[in-house]
Amino acid sequence: MPTQVSHPDEAVVLKRRFGQGATNIDKYVALDGYKAVQQAIEQGPEWIINTMKASGLRGRGGAGFPTGLKWSFVPKNDKAKYVLVNGDESEPGTCKDHVIFLEDPHAVIEGTMIAGLAIGSKLGFIYLRGEYRYLLKIVEKAVADAYAKGFLGKNIFGKEGVDFDIITQTGAGAYEVGEESALMESLEGKRGVPRIKPPFPAVVGLYGGPTVINNAETIASAPHILLMGGEAYAKLGSERNGGTRLFGISGHVERPGVYELPMGYSLRKAIYEVAGGVKGGKQLKAVVPGGSSCPVLTADEIDVGLDFDQMGKAGTMLGSGGIVVLDETVSMVEFALRVISFYQHESCGWCIPCREGTDWIKKTLARVYAGGGSRKDIDNVQYLADNMMGRTFCPLGDAAAMPTLAFVKKFRKEFEDYIDGHRAGTPVMSEVHELAGAAH
Amino acid sequence: MAAIAESIFTPQTAARFDKLATTYPVKRSALVPMLLYAQDELGFVSEGAIQEIARRLDLFDLDVRNVLSYYSMLRTQPAGQFNIQVCTNISCMLRGGYEILDHCKTKLGIGHKQVTRDGMFSLEEVECIGACCWAPAMQVNYDFHDDLTTIKVDAILQDYAEGRGEDVK
Ligand SMILES: Cc1cc2nc3c(=O)[nH]c(=O)nc-3n(C[C@H](O)[C@H](O)[C@H](O)COP(=O)(O)O)c2cc1C
Ligand code: SF4
Ligand code: FES
Repeated sequence: MPTQVSHPDEAVVLKRRFGQGATNIDKYVALDGYKAVQQAIEQGPEWIINTMKASGLRGRGGAGFPTGLKWSFVPKNDKAKYVLVNGDESEPGTCKDHVIFLEDPHAVIEGTMIAGLAIGSKLGFIYLRGEYRYLLKIVEKAVADAYAKGFLGKNIFGKEGVDFDIITQTGAGAYEVGEESALMESLEGKRGVPRIKPPFPAVVGLYGGPTVINNAETIASAPHILLMGGEAYAKLGSERNGGTRLFGISGHVERPGVYELPMGYSLRKAIYEVAGGVKGGKQLKAVVPGGSSCPVLTADEIDVGLDFDQMGKAGTMLGSGGIVVLDETVSMVEFALRVISFYQHESCGWCIPCREGTDWIKKTLARVYAGGGSRKDIDNVQYLADNMMGRTFCPLGDAAAMPTLAFVKKFRKEFEDYIDGHRAGTPVMSEVHELAGAAH
Repeated sequence: MAAIAESIFTPQTAARFDKLATTYPVKRSALVPMLLYAQDELGFVSEGAIQEIARRLDLFDLDVRNVLSYYSMLRTQPAGQFNIQVCTNISCMLRGGYEILDHCKTKLGIGHKQVTRDGMFSLEEVECIGACCWAPAMQVNYDFHDDLTTIKVDAILQDYAEGRGEDVK
């Protein structure tokens, strides 16, 4: 069972019901649960969307797209529309949705209903990655309880003509399925190969109907926003980055955990104060700020605020909010190899730049790692990654190329020294491993 | 659709499949969950399971196979009764994930995707399982175990071997 952490700097919105037994529907209701959705029914779609817009909430799945705006794109026609909650959570370094499903599943359900009311949908899907079976059971129970209370189904909350259903769905192991169009394919019972855009899901999505796809944390934020008001939520965060977000701080810190911090909070403080600093008093070497696809920051680049815009200016991304801290003992050659191995493993193989690019970068880095590299290999890795950027069918190609480029550019000297036989850091991959090991 | 009487699955699973086939706006959406639940019961997705699921969802066997081969949790060979999945992705790697994996290899005497001779355990090195802040982490079947040390791993393996594992299904 995940250990829950807290810190005085946390701004508790999403975590408000954590640790209070809110998986129980009565407890959830006692803690103001299902009030926001009833308000949403009273006030109507325009009010919901305006409140969401005013909140400045931006998608917590990675790209940071404004949620209210996304909801407003759904055409007002009489086609069947869907809400799809992305609980595939597979970006390495990310475990925040895990805690939401565990502690507050009804917030996800209520948020799904709110999104449905906003876009005129009567059916929502909550998709969890296959590994999260125990969480799926928690969510299934919560959905069943909501039906039993008349909060889901026909005439919800006794309101004539207001219907909403929720179906839960499970994946079966595939990172790529987290990409929204691949997610729809998976939910339709197919291989998780992405679709070409446009059309965007808001126009042609699941089963051909207009579909809103949001990350589980984005959706779970909606009820809180309606309750506290859009402006009040926005004020908690920074400019154009409303509210708070769950940051998972992992790796070499004293107190790893999922913390709720205001958008724009200092990355340095998140590491040194909130998470208790680098483990064992060691020196900081680098930080992967938002899941493994985000370009690495060096130890002297951490004076930056944790929001989408400030991270963008710093040449990286806020991504999924998974902050991974690396101390001085880490070999960047080994770390870069482990990261690209993941993307090589998860590439769906549909398009050549990603399928071949990830494979050749992995092979080259594995050769360097094994001691048989030459300096030209570093240029080759950079060349391969450069040529993947923007040339792949879905963003997984970029997600693999971006961190790779940052590793070899920012730590080029370490790669060169490694090739020359002077190896920094302490390797941990003691032998050739199946996923991360040498070329095969 | 196949009548329950012809099913290769237990009545519970067959009933679950009957329900799944009517849950979604389009039947085929039940495919991935059905494959997973079939595997939970049989230990792997057998030929018989592929055929029955295809029949239940009005698909060709080939459609089912095509989807089956995409997802990393689905397998067509039996694993051990307890499938040990050790995460070695970045957050776990930084906190001893490889040490845990190596320890399991030595302890069980098997490598990646191998099964112990008695069929009790199998081992897999896996990608991030969403427990990064409680690293290093592993799953035994669907159960999560985190903040691992080699000592903790020994106790966990013993618990399963002696029938005290949780085994969520
Ligand atoms: C390769 C890849 C994997 C992704 N994985 C996830 C994921 O696991 N969970 C998630 O919410 N979004 C993931 N996304 C982002 C989704 O495509 C999508 O942008 C997001 O779910 C939209 O929700 P939001 O606007 O609330 O962030 C992934 C994107 C890519 C390209
Ligand atoms: S970029 Fe990679 S994951 Fe995306 S479609 Fe191409 S091969 Fe598949
Ligand atoms: S990196 Fe191991 S659980 Fe995420």
